[in-house]
Amino acid sequence: MKEWIQLFGTFAKIGAFTFGGGYAMLPMLQREIVEHKQWATEEELMDYFAIGQCTPGVIAVNTATFIGYKQKKMLGGVVATAGVIAPSLLIIVLLAAFLSNFSSNPYVISAFNGIQVCVCVQIMEAVWGMMKKSVSTRSTMGIFVVVVFLSYFSLASPVLLVIAAGLVGIVISGIQRKRGV
Amino acid sequence: MILLDLLWKFFQIGLFAVGGGLATLPFLYEMSETTKWFSTTDITNMIAISQSTPGPIGVNMATYVGFLVEGVGGAVVATTGLVLPSILVIVAVSHMLERFKESQVVQAIFLGLRPASAGLILASGLSVATITFFNETVYQTTGNWISGLNVKAIVLAAGIVFLSRKKKVHPILMIVIAAALGIVFQF
Repeated sequence: MKEWIQLFGTFAKIGAFTFGGGYAMLPMLQREIVEHKQWATEEELMDYFAIGQCTPGVIAVNTATFIGYKQKKMLGGVVATAGVIAPSLLIIVLLAAFLSNFSSNPYVISAFNGIQVCVCVQIMEAVWGMMKKSVSTRSTMGIFVVVVFLSYFSLASPVLLVIAAGLVGIVISGIQRKRGV
Repeated sequence: MILLDLLWKFFQIGLFAVGGGLATLPFLYEMSETTKWFSTTDITNMIAISQSTPGPIGVNMATYVGFLVEGVGGAVVATTGLVLPSILVIVAVSHMLERFKESQVVQAIFLGLRPASAGLILASGLSVATITFFNETVYQTTGNWISGLNVKAIVLAAGIVFLSRKKKVHPILMIVIAAALGIVFQF
């Protein structure tokens, strides 16, 4: 029972402090899931994010389901997801019921602008950690640079980029094997 | 039965909105038009609230719409509908990954996927950074790009880098600190 409560609680904590999209939860996942609880490795986290990009649904929910499933199979996926969405449900219902002009409050806007700076820095730091693990050769560097460029200038959709990168991975491995590396 | 209808509509959104919360928007506009459950002004409010409260944006929007339509029950049902397809698909993918983890093809796919994953996250971080640290309207009126820089944000960012690198401050605590500083210095 304790493990289930931990699973729910950890994801509820992450859900309560994720401002913005799924990427904003990455720094917390690295700290809580990879470093503290060791429920997944940094590499697995990257795989989950990549797959979460090109499968349907909200990325944060996809990632929570992945980690929950790894711990406790299907029910673990459900519990982790319930955890990550519980704070949203509670907060949004309260706001919608009592404070419909919440988001035009000047204090809320200021706080949110501060948070945005923080999330921005945290995402950059998280990417730095990921790069050290996954961008180690010339070919992986190539994939990384091309994806950053195409995605930043919105020249290709994330779904397309993830699928293409997977195919490139197969080609690179094939070449390496032929060379007998 | 309106609850069943909500469940089914959000299940469809969860199934077809690929790539995160904002991908659900076109579906919501269509829903507003066909069902008249809420107006496009409601959608604008909803985006503002979803972005300034914690939680994934897609989940926040589903909860908000559900609540507008049918109260607390509606909020729970719409959110459940939205996340159900994710859970089903990811459980299936996880199951397959477990079976084929050692396969050379799967390993090869991940070799390409990991740098792409890091690249996608960096690109989205850069997009947020552009609007956070640079004020384009100021730049356009003055024509001087240095005046467009958001100095307050840059100083705060430097402080956050210091706290996380040197002091290993927990990311959650850092968010709380950033929110407080945002209020104090009127960001």
